[in-house]
Amino acid sequence: MRWIWIDKFIEFNSGVNAVAIKNVTMAEEHLHDNFPGFPIMPECLMIESMAQTAGILVGQARDYKEKVILAKINKAVFFNYVRPGDTLKIHAKIESITAEAASTTGKITRNDETIAEIDLMFSHIDQNLAGKQFPQENFVFTDLFGVVLRASGLPAPAPESLK
Amino acid sequence: MAMTRDQIFQEVQGVLVDALGVDEDEVKPDATLMADLGAESIDFLDIVFRMEKAFGIKIPREELFPAESLISNSEYVSNGKLTHQGIEELKKRMPHTDLNDFVENPSVNKIGDLFTVDLLVNFVDSKLNS
Repeated sequence: MRWIWIDKFIEFNSGVNAVAIKNVTMAEEHLHDNFPGFPIMPECLMIESMAQTAGILVGQARDYKEKVILAKINKAVFFNYVRPGDTLKIHAKIESITAEAASTTGKITRNDETIAEIDLMFSHIDQNLAGKQFPQENFVFTDLFGVVLRASGLPAPAPESLK
Repeated sequence: MAMTRDQIFQEVQGVLVDALGVDEDEVKPDATLMADLGAESIDFLDIVFRMEKAFGIKIPREELFPAESLISNSEYVSNGKLTHQGIEELKKRMPHTDLNDFVENPSVNKIGDLFTVDLLVNFVDSKLNS
């Protein structure tokens, strides 16, 4: 299965920027262990939430025709803990996009506070590694993301084209 | 916008420090991007993106890093070395690079060594000041 680390898009400007929301809840079991008595959202999952927000933004810019894969974390700086009950806004912006790849910048905020700054690069692997097979779970798009997009009132491609 | 070679070098140095996480003093003119500075394939795209922004120019990746498409062409490669045709093609595509040493042993594995900090500076210099 694929974990989804964003709940909803609240802003989506095709090819430019997007903002998604993540509600952090004590019902997420990993928070019970990270850490016992002091639950905080792991930083790596904040990177994943940015990869999902920015990855969908990048994929949509090319009409979901490319297989988009996270290729590089250019920057990941964290300024504060994220606790159960927090609502995060994940802001992603496309800096450059070509046939082969895209670079994005972004930040995660809680109210007006910047929690993290995360810059990423994505590879369009059909353009770069044609013919190589990758497992489905490596990709940003699965049909679950279609569910998130539709729940946000955004058009989503049919499930079969996400595979 | 005219820039001196020193100014171009400083910008390129900043690009490589950000893209590759290296220290400024590691970015010397003769440092190779792969062996000395640890660049991998996705980093080349990162460098292209950052240089486009830094200098306000369009850089087709093929133009700056032409080797990838060249070595996948069987006319240009034989037994792990560039053929005569391959070398001629490389010369055409990398006019700003001194290929004399490479030509003596044109092994495909050595192509990475051609991509130096100086090559990036030469490339930008030719784009901005020609």
